[in-house]
This record gives sequence, C-alpha cells and structure tokens, in this order.
Amino acid sequence: MKKYAPVFLLPLTLAFTVFFVIPFLGGLFLSFTEFTTVENASFVGINNYIKAFSEDTGFLNALWFTVKFTLVSVVTVNVFAFLLALLLTKSLKGVNFFRTVFFLPNLIGGIVLGYIWNVIINGVLSYFGVDITFSASYGFWGLVILMNWQMIGYMMIIYIAGLQSVDRGLIEAAHIDGANHVSALWHVTIPSLMPSITICTFLTLTNSFKLFDQNLALTGGAPGKETSMLALDIYDTFYGRIGWQGVGQAKAVVFFIIVALIALIQLNLTRSKEVEV
Amino acid sequence: MKKLSILLVTALLFLSLTGCCQRGGVETGSTVRLLNFKPEIASVYESIAKAYENETGVRLIVETAAANTYESTLTAKMATNEAPTIFQINGPRGYANWKDYCKNLEDSRIADIVTDEDLLLSTDEGVFGIPYVVEGYGIIYNDAIMRKFFALPDKKTQISSAQEITSFDSLKEVVEEMTQRKADLGIEGVFASTSLKPGEDWRWQTHLMNIPVHYEFSKNDINLETDEVANFNFEFAENYKKLFDLYLNNSVTDKKMLGAKITGDSMAEFALGKCAMVQNGNWGYSQIKEVGGNTVSAEDVKMMPIYMGIDDEDQGLCIGTEGYLSINKRADEAAQQAAEDFLYWLFSSETGKKYVTEGLGFITPFNTFSNDETPDDPLAREVVRWMNMEGVDTIPWDFVIFPSQVFKNNLGSNLLQYAQGTKDWSTVRDETVKDWKAESNR
Repeated sequence: MKKYAPVFLLPLTLAFTVFFVIPFLGGLFLSFTEFTTVENASFVGINNYIKAFSEDTGFLNALWFTVKFTLVSVVTVNVFAFLLALLLTKSLKGVNFFRTVFFLPNLIGGIVLGYIWNVIINGVLSYFGVDITFSASYGFWGLVILMNWQMIGYMMIIYIAGLQSVDRGLIEAAHIDGANHVSALWHVTIPSLMPSITICTFLTLTNSFKLFDQNLALTGGAPGKETSMLALDIYDTFYGRIGWQGVGQAKAVVFFIIVALIALIQLNLTRSKEVEV
Repeated sequence: MKKLSILLVTALLFLSLTGCCQRGGVETGSTVRLLNFKPEIASVYESIAKAYENETGVRLIVETAAANTYESTLTAKMATNEAPTIFQINGPRGYANWKDYCKNLEDSRIADIVTDEDLLLSTDEGVFGIPYVVEGYGIIYNDAIMRKFFALPDKKTQISSAQEITSFDSLKEVVEEMTQRKADLGIEGVFASTSLKPGEDWRWQTHLMNIPVHYEFSKNDINLETDEVANFNFEFAENYKKLFDLYLNNSVTDKKMLGAKITGDSMAEFALGKCAMVQNGNWGYSQIKEVGGNTVSAEDVKMMPIYMGIDDEDQGLCIGTEGYLSINKRADEAAQQAAEDFLYWLFSSETGKKYVTEGLGFITPFNTFSNDETPDDPLAREVVRWMNMEGVDTIPWDFVIFPSQVFKNNLGSNLLQYAQGTKDWSTVRDETVKDWKAESNR
C-alpha cells in the first residue's frame, strides 16, 4: 500500500501549500517590504523590524499586557473548568442541563460577547461614576472575566470527557489502600487526566495570546493603548498609519514566532507528565 | 491500471482547480466596480446600478464596506481580480497611501465640471481625486427648545434668540443659564453626550480639532501643501479647552461616564429632546429622523458655527469634503474609461442628478447642478444657507492633513482621560504637539 501514499497525500499537500504555506511565505516576504496592497511591495530590509521595536513603544507594552493576561486567564480558566467538570460528573439532577448552560457562551461570537460585557461592566461601574475606560486594570479584569466566561464551558467539556474515561478501579484501589478523596484526586485522577490538561492548557494559552475581537469590542485598547493586546496592536499599526503596513506585518511575524515557541514549550512540558495506563 | 486511473483523476481535478484560479483576471470594459464608503446609502446605489444598466447597457457593481472598515476592505479588494475601478480616498493622506493606484484625471470630463479647482485633490503631477459631496458641520440646535428658553419671563440674559448667538461668549452665557433652568425646559442637559468611546471620538479629535488647526495655520500663513505643516504648536489650545469644557459641564451625561458613549447615543438624545444642542454635521439628519419617538420637527433643526472665541464674528460652518473618488489606474483601459463615463453620467445626466439629490442626498460641488437641485433635508439646507451667507468665512476641512489616524486616536484617548480627570489640560496640550510632530515625521 505504501506506493499509493503520494497519491493520497497529494490533495492535502496541495491544499496545505495553497492555503497555508504560500500565504505564510508571502506574509514573511511582506514583512521586509513597504506596501499598500500585496501587489506593490518594495524591499526595505529589516527596517520594519527595527521600527516595530524602537520607534513604537506600543508593541512592547502590548506584549507585556498580553503575557500578564495570558498567565492569569490560563490559570483561572483551567481551575474553574476543572472544578465545574468535577461537579458535573457527580450524579446530580439536571447535570446535562447545566453542562449545556455552561457551554453556551462559547457559541456566541467574540465581538457580540465583547459588547455584551462592555454594557454589563459599564452598568456596574456606573454606580461608582466611572466606566471601563477609566483605568487599565478595569479593562484587564474585564478581559479576564470575559475570557473565563467564554472558555470555561469548552474546557469543562474536555475535562468531563477525560474524567469519564478515568478507570474507576484505580480510584477504588487507591481508596482501599487508604487514600482519602483529596489524595486520590491528586495522585490518581489528575495524572490520568494529563492528556486533557495538555490540550486544555494549549487551547487556553494560544487563545488568550491571540485574543482580538473580545479586546476590540470590550476596551478597544482604552485608556490610551494601555489595554491593547498584541493582535489589536498589530491591527492598529497596519491601518493606523500611512506606510506602516510593513511594520504591522513585521510585528505579526514576531507574534507568530512567540506563539509558536510558547505552544511548543508548553506541549513538551505537559506531554512529559502524561502517563500511560 | 487502477493506479493510473487514480493518478489521472487527481491530475484532472487539480488541472481544473488551477484552471479556475487563472481564469478571470481581465475585466471587461463594460463593467464598473464601485466600492462605496457609506453603508447608509448602499440601497440607493443598487437602484442607480439598475437605472444605469437600463440606459447604457453597462453593468455597475457596487460593493459597500461596513462602517469603519473602508481602508481594510479596499486593501483586500485591490489585490483581487475584482478590484474596484472607482474607489474613495480621504484627501492628501489617503492619496499618499494609494498613489500607485490613482489615475490622473486632469483632462477628464468629470474634473471639468467641478465648480472650484481648489476643491480637486491635486498635486504638481495632476488631479487624482474628484470631490463628490460637500458636507458641513457645526452645532446643531433644536430651535423649539431655544425659543422656550428665550420665552422664559425671568431669564437673565439679554440675548433673545438663537440667531443672536454669534460668539463664544454669548454661547456660553446662554448655555450656562439654560443648564440652570433645565428643569423648566424639560431637558437633561444643554449638550448631548460628548461621545468619547474609542472609535466614536471623531467629533472631537477630528472635527472640533479642525478649528484650532485651521486658525493656527491660516494666521501664520502656512502653506498646507508644504512640509511646514509638520510644525504645529496648538496655539489655540485654551480656546479649544474653553469650548470642550462647556460641552462637558453642560452635558446630558456626567463627564466621568463619557467613555461608554457613542455618536448614536448623542444623536438619539437630541432627537428625543433630552438636550438642545449637539455638535455634528448635515449627515446626522438621517440619524435624528430615524429615532423612534423623535420629538424634533424638521423646521426646528438648525445649525450654528462652532464658536471658540478666535474669530467668532467672521466664522461660518466648517464645510468641505473628505470624500474623493479616484479611478484605479491598474484596471485596463476600457474599464477606466467606463468608470469615468459612469461618474460623468451620475453627476451630469438628468437621471443621475435626480438620484444624487433625492436618493444619495449629496450637496455636490459640480456646476451641472442648479441651485434648486439640492437635497431637501433641513441640515443640508442650513449648510447651503451658511455657505452662501455674506460676511462669514467658511472654515475648510483642514483635518485632511492631520498626520495620521494614530495622532487622532491618541488625541481622542487624551481627551477622554481629561474628561475623566486623570490627565490635566497642559499634559494633553503638550502630548498633542509632540504627537503631531512625531507622526508627521514617520
């Protein structure tokens, strides 16, 4: 059968090349040029990269803000999703109903969700006579709440699937050996859940890092640019200044490298903790 | 055999696929592609397309960019086989971005019928944009509420009608007394909310800012087409602040809450009679008209200049254009010609002109339109009235030379922080000057 491999791989390889590899290389090329549309690019070397880091402080601020946001939201999303999953795998009445309810926010688009939370948060803050644009920390926690609201349900489903496949016998055996609930959870359930944890941290990590629509709709970067995350900063660079499209593209390439690096490191770290049963 | 047939099938499949990709490419001359800037008039363009095809047999395809996405839509479309042949640029800065695509229209029929050569978007090399709509902005007021105020028996001010407000001082006097009497007038504030939500702050960082910029450059005899505009000192910062404070302190909304307000909120407040004044332009009339439960009648909607205490006695409305149509010089010859023909038809033929005044509602800068061929909404009539008034100078739209969108956004967020009380005015002024210089030199 091996001789057929190229034939079966051909469609996918071609599709992958046309829709992924070529645009990616095109983007990489554009980051070294000055252009308005992809047709009229002229080569400027690494100028765009220099500009991205030196002339414009927005990028480094956005990077720092994004890192903080990612750290907080990865932890909170996964902890809450895991606790919910534990709760909703117990035999409670209406478990399916609650699973659906917690999953629902994930089906709403980011822009809509951003506007909804913008209204809610501004409504609450109006009792204190301010709104979300008043301070960067309001925007930060607003984004964290929004991210939790949206991602918890999805991660919960993955954790539930993981929990249901944990071998009951192992847990019973642990109990017979004298383990209480907490140590059974810590030493048996969680190690067998590592594949779910890998995928969940991967998803939350990359999604938090790449967050765009929610950021745009909730704060738009206000006050100033203090709550702009990387993707929004790239967008603003691309469209905000005449002739800066190349710089936006250069930032996007740097962004890609950062996301790819983090994701690879994280995958390796959590994979090494996975156990074969 | 099997292997061969599979290979053959896949090969065929991809041949046909790649074949698909290479087709197209050449636009036939008998199609005009227009990328429309204003979503609110998209449906009118649909009927224009039908009428044009009926009359000339030329197909007109109009695509519309959603609000605030024109540049990104245009950037994406330009690189495709279906690139627009007519697109809009917003003045010299837009031209700088799109100069590789703008055709020189110096000798075209459409440039010929523009009333005033100064209105054309031109450089030493030629004419690259045709203005197609003239718009004006000022302080829109509800004359019914104003009359009610002036009819109050115990009012203190000597001013007795809105027409007598001709300077910043008289405006301030009236506005501040109106605020004290807002219960009697049944309003929540004199001015509608100063919408400062990011992306909704253009009335302040662009339109209001136009006035100090205009006066600084014109009083110092700066030629706007030279690099001298890179030096801006915000000489009239205090005037700007005075008026901005007046807006903030006499508003429907508490000034710490303005970061959540959008322009639509302000227009709705005006339409519902919650306030007496709102700074906006004639395009805002549709927003006033369409609000449900609107209490403002058309004949009471009036406009006055934005007085800042600089040259109040001579000041008119801010009237100009930031919509220039350009023709894509990368399209083929026939398509370029078809695009030119369509524009000429739209702004000179009887059918075209009828659509322009009645459907699109444009005040146009073309000499093919007679005086009675103007749109009949009250704000457009106000703009025409002020434009033709003796003894006042119209302020042009100098904001088309503002250095970049980043400059405007930074100013907008500074104004918001000033309103919230987290930034003082001297910082706002210094950062504006610094930003202008930095953004000009990029």
